[in-house]
Amino acid sequence: MLRLYATVAAGGFRRHATYRVATAAGVFTNTVFGFVLSYTYIALWDERPQLGGYSVDDALAYVWIGQALITVCGMMGGGFEDELIERIRTGDIAVDLYRPADLQAWWFSAHAGRSAYQLLGRGVVPMAVGAFAFHFTLPSGPGGWLAFLVAVALGSTVGFAIWYLVAMSAFWLLDGQGVVQVAWLGGLFFSGMLLPLNVFPGALGEVARMLPWASLLQVPADVYLGKYVGWELAGAYAFQGCWALVLFGAGRAAQAAATRKVVVQGG
Amino acid sequence: MPFIELESLEKVFTVRVRGNAGLFRREKREVRAVDGISFAVERGEMVGYIGPNGAGKSTTIKMLTGILTPSGGRLRVAGIDPARERTRLAQRIGVVFGQRTTLWWDLPLKDSYRLMHRMYRIPDARFRENLDRCVELLELGELLDVPVRQLSLGQRMRGDIAAALLHDPEVLYLDEPTIGLDVVSKARVREFLRDLNTSRGTTVLLTTHDLTDIEQLCSRVMVIDRGRLMYDGELSGLHAVGESERLLMVDLERELPPITDVPGARFVRSEGPRQWLAFPATTSAAPLVAAVAAKYPLLDLSVREPDIEAVIAKMYGGTREERRESLR
Repeated sequence: MLRLYATVAAGGFRRHATYRVATAAGVFTNTVFGFVLSYTYIALWDERPQLGGYSVDDALAYVWIGQALITVCGMMGGGFEDELIERIRTGDIAVDLYRPADLQAWWFSAHAGRSAYQLLGRGVVPMAVGAFAFHFTLPSGPGGWLAFLVAVALGSTVGFAIWYLVAMSAFWLLDGQGVVQVAWLGGLFFSGMLLPLNVFPGALGEVARMLPWASLLQVPADVYLGKYVGWELAGAYAFQGCWALVLFGAGRAAQAAATRKVVVQGG
Repeated sequence: MPFIELESLEKVFTVRVRGNAGLFRREKREVRAVDGISFAVERGEMVGYIGPNGAGKSTTIKMLTGILTPSGGRLRVAGIDPARERTRLAQRIGVVFGQRTTLWWDLPLKDSYRLMHRMYRIPDARFRENLDRCVELLELGELLDVPVRQLSLGQRMRGDIAAALLHDPEVLYLDEPTIGLDVVSKARVREFLRDLNTSRGTTVLLTTHDLTDIEQLCSRVMVIDRGRLMYDGELSGLHAVGESERLLMVDLERELPPITDVPGARFVRSEGPRQWLAFPATTSAAPLVAAVAAKYPLLDLSVREPDIEAVIAKMYGGTREERRESLR
């Protein structure tokens, strides 16, 4: 069965690799946004040095990590869920359901392949451009990079689990756009795409840092910046892992309920 | 034991409709998509499953594949309850939805076949053999490296049929496999299905709106309407049930009053010396011709077979009428 999901993941990778122009456009957009946010952050950190415990170099690294991971961890959606919702809406999901494979595992594999491609295709270049232009903080050696990649993999998994749950709602609502909008807005804010979560004051910050969206960008960025030392790193991974498990479970429950009760659209 | 067995199978959907009560009040209404259908299909049969739009054909197929759970009744395919053991059953069935595709849209056709190879855990030798056979018979050779999105509808359909057969399914469900295809593509698909059924003994259940599919492929046909089985039997038997008529066209020597004195025939219309008479499809034309020839100066004649389409249209129409009657 693992070979099947490996094949699905490889397919996910290659499917997106066929769209080179889209990749180039994405790289361009991420780079432009990276510059815009960088200058905004520079202005902010000029006024408030060490805001949220970040130096200006840390803050700039945070900006470019965000741009690199935007499609990998799905902070703002735009990933597999659009396709899945469309398949549920049109009834093409019937084709996925009669296969001798698990729906969630299938889509997770496709997402993993796609994310791997997005990380290489859309992550590396903006990050390199940003590093060249701003000389921001880099991880301490290969170990630091490796720790970061693990956090990214976990973040991407949590991102999948959140959006899978969102997509499942389409079985009941048929038009998933409303839920997608809410999830998009929630993701934008609570993932720390606008501002790092450690900048948020008081209770809002406390809550934001406990929510699953913190797994997508904040935790990988802090791992990158070396904010976790020793067992703290294991704790950060555990935080991501727990959310991944909980949300995967919820997704499975929703999937089971959907396939038991709900109408498969179309003739 | 029959290979496919349905006993009073039901599927009821609850739909909410906006009633007259107000903007936010919605009334619940039950739709009986499949309303107590029973039939059995033996291994190796090729059966047509026809009915108008919304008759419950696709709902039945979805229950047979296990992706919809029946609301009532009993259902077994190869001894398995599809909804409970969907994944186990999937190894033994093949499905082609004419209007949907199982192929990877963005990637070359052969990538989708590699996926099937893994998904159904097909032994390598068997996979090669089956793929080669499908490629040859469905003429897919030049298409294997083409991304699916660039295939024509006919090509894509052949690609989908091949994808459904690589794991040697014992039964193949086809939901409108020739929809939208041109005459040549239709013929090719039909020929392939006929060969599959005769040489491999694959059980085939076919839904279609194209009655030529049925006429050319299926010895048995089931007609459903409004979730109920209206007819189950040989295609030719439909005529008896549908009270269909054959048409006798006679050319007389000269223009004469309508022929109304021949028993068993009904005058339809005339055009100069030519007249049309209708008679039940189940009776022989010979005595009728003899009777006409005995009384009238007959020059020439021809008999037109009943149109199966008209028969079925009549059948659907009939059920609609009955329904309207019963509602009154």
